[in-house]
Amino acid sequence: MTPIQQKIARRKALDRFFAFEGLMVMTAALLVLLVLVGQLMFDGLSRLSWQFLTSFPSRFPAQAGIVSAWVGTILVMLVTAMAAIPLGVGAAIYLEEYAPKNWATELIEINIANLAGVPSIVYGLMALGLLVYQFRLGQSFLTAGLTLGMLILPMVIIATREAILAVPPYVREAAYALGATKWQTVRDHVVPYSMGGMLTGMILALSRAVGETAPLITVGALSFIAFLPHPPWQDNFPYVSFQWLFDPFTVMPIQMFNWVSRPQEEFHVNAAAAGLILLAMTVVMNAVAIVIRARFRKRIHW
Amino acid sequence: MKAMDASQTVLKAEARGLNFFYGQAQALHGITLPIYDRCVTALIGPSGCGKTTYLRCLNRMHDLYPGNRYEGEVTLYPDRVNIVGPEVDPIEVRMRIGMVFQKPNPFPKSIYENVAYGLRIRDVSNRSELDAVVERALREAALWGEVKDRLQASALNISGGQQQRLCIARALATSPELLLFDEPTSALDPTATSRIEELVTELKQKVAIVIVTHNMQQAARVSDYTAFMYEGRVVEYDRTETIFTNPTVKLTEEYITGRFG
Repeated sequence: MTPIQQKIARRKALDRFFAFEGLMVMTAALLVLLVLVGQLMFDGLSRLSWQFLTSFPSRFPAQAGIVSAWVGTILVMLVTAMAAIPLGVGAAIYLEEYAPKNWATELIEINIANLAGVPSIVYGLMALGLLVYQFRLGQSFLTAGLTLGMLILPMVIIATREAILAVPPYVREAAYALGATKWQTVRDHVVPYSMGGMLTGMILALSRAVGETAPLITVGALSFIAFLPHPPWQDNFPYVSFQWLFDPFTVMPIQMFNWVSRPQEEFHVNAAAAGLILLAMTVVMNAVAIVIRARFRKRIHW
Repeated sequence: MKAMDASQTVLKAEARGLNFFYGQAQALHGITLPIYDRCVTALIGPSGCGKTTYLRCLNRMHDLYPGNRYEGEVTLYPDRVNIVGPEVDPIEVRMRIGMVFQKPNPFPKSIYENVAYGLRIRDVSNRSELDAVVERALREAALWGEVKDRLQASALNISGGQQQRLCIARALATSPELLLFDEPTSALDPTATSRIEELVTELKQKVAIVIVTHNMQQAARVSDYTAFMYEGRVVEYDRTETIFTNPTVKLTEEYITGRFG
C-alpha cells in the first residue's frame, strides 16, 4: 500500500466507525420505544373492545370505558386548534414579513422562544386565574381548549416562522418586482409555499397538546363524566350549537391518570388500553401531517 | 446604426446625482446616467462596483430592506416622475419597470400562472384576456413554441434557460416601459445565453432595456450604450462602440482589455 492509500484507508475506517456508532445509537433509541409500546400492548390489548370505546367510566373496571374521554380529547383539540392556529400563523407572518427589524421585535421573538419552554403547569395556573376566575369560563371545554391553545401558541409561531424563513428571498423579490403589495406576496407566495412546514409544525404542536395532563387538572378537568357534552347542532335555527363549549370536560390522559392512581389492578389494565388508543390518535394525527406535507411538497421544490 | 439614431435621442430615464446608502455605507456616488428609449444600456465593471445596486435603485428594490436610503434623483420620462423620490410609491414604480434576475426565479406554480401573475395582482381575472396576454408574452419571450402544450405544467420542470425566458415573459406580460436585466445569463450555458441575447436585441424595439453584465463580450454584442462603473461611480459612459474601441479614460481601457476586474 502506498502512503496515500494508507491514509485513505484510515479515513475510511473512521467513516465506517461513525456509521456503526450511529446505527447503534439509533437502534438503542428505537428499542426503548419499542419496549414501551410493547409493554403497553401486553397490558392493554386484551381490554380493547367496542364496549371499552363506547362506555362511560364506571366503578366496575370491566364495565368502564373511555367514550367521554376520547370525545373530550377531540373536542378540546378542536378548540385548541381553532384558538392557536389563526393566532400563531398571524403572529408569525407579522413577525417575519411586516414587523420592523428593531430591538422591540427582537425582544418579542426571544420571549416567544422562552414561552415555548415554560412548564405546562404554569400555563395551567395562569389559565385557572385568568380563564376560570377572571373570565368565568368555568371548568369547561372552552377553558381547556384555550389553556392548551396558549400552551402551544409559541410552538405554532416558531414552527410557522421557520417555514416562512425557508421560502427563498428571491421568490419574494420576484413578486415585489412585478408590483405586488406585501399582502399579495404573503397571500399568493409566502403562505402557500410554506404551507407544508406550517402544517407539520401545527400537527406536532397539537400532538404535544393531546398528551397534556397537568394544566387540565389545574383548570378542573373531571375524571368521572358519565354523559356526553351537548351536541354541536340543534333542531331550530341557527342549527349549530355552541352549548358544548361550556360543558364539563375530561380528556384521555386525565382518564388514564385517574385509573392508574386507583389500587385495583384491573383499572391499570384499563389505563394501558386507553394509552394505546391515545397513541393511535397521535399516530393518526402525524400520519395526516405527513400526507398533507407530501401533497404540498410534491408541487414545490426549489 | 444610422437609421436608429433618430429614435435614440428619446430619453426614457435619467439619473442625476444619485447617491445610495446601505445604512451608513455609501454604495453609489453621484451617478448621472441617461437611459434612452428603445435602446440597450449595459452596465459593466468589476464585482462590487455598484452596477447591480444602481439597477435595483431603478425599481426601488432596495426599499424591501431596512436602512437603505436614496439621495438625488432618477427621472422617468415622459411624465418626469422621480423614481427614487420618497413621495413616490415603490409599487407604482415596479408596476411600470420590470426586472429579470440573475438566477431564474420562477414561482413554483404553473407556467401559465407565472406569466399571468402580474395581471392577477392588477385584478385582471377575465380568462380570455389572461389567455391572450400569456400567449403574447410567451411569444415575445420566444418560449411559446416550447411550452404551448404544457402551460399547466410546473415552471420548475423546464430547463434553466427556459425558466429565464419564462421570467422575461412574466416581466413582459404587464408591458413595462423599462426592463431591467441583472446578469440574466450568469447561471446559463452558452446556448441558452445566446438565446437570451437574441431576445434582448429583439425586445429593445419595444422597450428600454438596462442590462448589468459581467461579460464584456455580451455588453459589446447586445448594447447600444455602455456605462463603465468603478467603486460606486460612473467612470465613463458612451456609445458601446466608442467605449470598446476608443475609451477616453485610462481605467476603462484597462478594464475592457482585461488588465483588472
